[in-house]
Amino acid sequence: MRLKTLIVGAAMASLVGSSALVSMAAAQDANYVPLFTYRTGPFASSGIPIANGMHDYFTMLNERDGGIGGVKVNVEECETGYDTKKGVECWETVKGKNPTVVGPWSTGTTLQVIPKAAVDKIPILSMAYGLSASAIGEKFPWVFNPPATYWDGLSIIFRYIGGKEGGLDKLKGKTIGFIFLESGYGREPLPLLNQLAKDYGFNVKEYSVAGKEMQDQSAQWLAVRRDRPDWMIMWGWGAMNPTAVKRASENGYPMDRFIGVWWSGGDDDARAGGQAAKGYLTLNFNGLGANYPAIQDIKKHVVDKGKSQVAAEKFAENLYNRGVYNSVLVAEAIRNAQKLSGKKVVSGEDVRRGLETLTITEARWKELGLPGFGAPITGVNCNDHNGHAPAYMQQWDGAKWVKISDWIAPMKDKVRPLLEKDADDYVTKNAGWPKRTEACDKAS
Amino acid sequence: MFYREVGQYKTSYSADQAIFPIVQDRFGIAVIILCAYALVFSNNDFLLNAMMTPFLIFTLAAIGLNILTGYTGLLSLGTGAFMGVGAYACYKLTTLFPGVNIIIWILCSGFFAALIGVVFGLPSLRIKGFYLAIATLAAQFFLEWCFIRIPWLYNYNTSAAIEVPTRTMFGIPVTGATATAETRYLIVLTIVIVMTVIASNIVHGRIGRMWMAVRDMDIAAELIGIRLLPTKLLAFAVSSFYCGVAGAMLVFLWYGGAESTVFSINQSFFVLFMVIIGGLGSLLGSYLGAALIFMLPIILRLAPPYFGIPVHAATVEHVTFMLVGGLIVFFLIVEPHGLARLWQVAKQKLRVWPFPY
Repeated sequence: MRLKTLIVGAAMASLVGSSALVSMAAAQDANYVPLFTYRTGPFASSGIPIANGMHDYFTMLNERDGGIGGVKVNVEECETGYDTKKGVECWETVKGKNPTVVGPWSTGTTLQVIPKAAVDKIPILSMAYGLSASAIGEKFPWVFNPPATYWDGLSIIFRYIGGKEGGLDKLKGKTIGFIFLESGYGREPLPLLNQLAKDYGFNVKEYSVAGKEMQDQSAQWLAVRRDRPDWMIMWGWGAMNPTAVKRASENGYPMDRFIGVWWSGGDDDARAGGQAAKGYLTLNFNGLGANYPAIQDIKKHVVDKGKSQVAAEKFAENLYNRGVYNSVLVAEAIRNAQKLSGKKVVSGEDVRRGLETLTITEARWKELGLPGFGAPITGVNCNDHNGHAPAYMQQWDGAKWVKISDWIAPMKDKVRPLLEKDADDYVTKNAGWPKRTEACDKAS
Repeated sequence: MFYREVGQYKTSYSADQAIFPIVQDRFGIAVIILCAYALVFSNNDFLLNAMMTPFLIFTLAAIGLNILTGYTGLLSLGTGAFMGVGAYACYKLTTLFPGVNIIIWILCSGFFAALIGVVFGLPSLRIKGFYLAIATLAAQFFLEWCFIRIPWLYNYNTSAAIEVPTRTMFGIPVTGATATAETRYLIVLTIVIVMTVIASNIVHGRIGRMWMAVRDMDIAAELIGIRLLPTKLLAFAVSSFYCGVAGAMLVFLWYGGAESTVFSINQSFFVLFMVIIGGLGSLLGSYLGAALIFMLPIILRLAPPYFGIPVHAATVEHVTFMLVGGLIVFFLIVEPHGLARLWQVAKQKLRVWPFPY
């Protein structure tokens, strides 16, 4: 009996002990930036380049400048495997270590941590994913999703189509196909798509792809073949993208009329289609290639010194650069926070203020060593946590992505009312949603 | 020896048939429950929120599946979907009737899951074994399809996810982000303990014996007067009830919001693994299985930083995968009847040590 209680006691003690170490504070003289990454699991092919990009930019800052504002950045990865369970667990792991900002990198996890952000005082940066309505800063003071929402993306696609057709009113009577992952993410553009269809008089054909048929899609593309839509728009992720590109080329769909959102534009996504995928279009908001001084610095200070996990031939691919873009936003927010608070080591509350005053002008992009890498971010303020920045269209030339359009601005007038409505809806449905109490800073 | 049972006389049948006939066991259970409640004072959010609460919720789901698969012998792959029914039912109920205490709705949502479970359990009269597994697989896919395709279920949210509103009890927030880890843990712990006691009483009583008779040989069971259809459907109903409550707790007391993908086939397998590793037809096994499958990876992940070994997060993940996989194989080889059986053997040894016979 005594042994048994001893064992139970020991087990309990070890449990308590093992958890105590979790709350162990991180190094006090550094800004702690946890990165939620997924280098494992079904979406790893997209997750690895993003993780490398995010990680390497911070390592570069540490190596080249000694961190941000003279303080090192303490980067720590938490592996989520794109699994909501582990994402929530990661949130619990990092929240005791004074994190500056969290990027959940999964829509599922984002939705779960949005209510927790205000309670735990940790800002969330869900860069162009997550809950679109969180762009309304009045309702979601702790959540940021720059540079653009999915609805912005859709409206940019339509501006591009309009340009090709000679005006959006020329779309009357045409058919637009929309192939999407059967999930919250994939369904999100539908309200705007249907509204645009009403406004401009075109028909919408929906092709939904359930998670388990991601790697098949033959039925959907057979239907596409039958319906012959004039344009195809895709909202896909993970294994859905390369399969769709392959199926489209097999079915002889004209690739230069097939447009994906920014999450459908990985190099591996298009490469799967080989030469036949030539002409495939997707949106993008980050620069391509390694011809930027800062990216060269990453190569010099990080990759060449063997401090990165990136494979040489994958360096500066599209999703890698997107990871860099994400880290630039975080770094700029921390810099802002340091200015606003006057502290070197900033807390989540400071970084929330920093994100709210986030401005990256063209000149600033240049200063960062990334001229033209992203569109100027000027629209983020206390009420607008998104900024509705423009994006551009890129095309696959059979071997790499090529930028083929200028920055195209979204139809903010159509998107904003939908966002407001959605945010109101969210707040009314979530009874007891806290009113914003956070003060608003003037842009620095 | 360790169990010094000297002097413990059973003077009545009920004492002999008790679930815990040995005083030490009763005492041990009491200590464990006390310790579990004492964890509230640990003041450690990670322990409560990321480990204990989900562990208890998965235990309840495992108990639910164990009733169906372990006690009645009906293999089911629809656990994830039945959990989903509970979660979505609870969401609809609490948004339609926000005034009612959320805990009542969490428990009520089990009835909806039970109803759906009975409907999908109907084929079990005709088909058995792997074929029934396929039929429940159909339930899994159909219900998952419903969760995303019927917007009414998630109140037409653009995110297509259910978001948990803040609900209070005696002025203390119970669900939503403002609810403390302690409150949630206490509620989950209490519900799981009470429901375990109920499950224990069911499986040790007449109904449980009927289930086990059906499991061991359904023709023989029919011959001794057990009606198969009601028995099997009752197993489906009770099992789905437990899974439904677990699903509602999963979303309301742990996640705080969920997409339909949470209730995918992976969730079903996750729970099924717990039941198989823990031990089919054992309540203790449900606890042990959930602990091994859910907690072990977390502890393994925490270990390297604890000892100051700099390992990359992804590497830890890969190693954890391999270790957990290896451990599962090891346990299945050493004891194919699960951890519960392992404990039984160990206990028997302890009781007769040092004079085994």
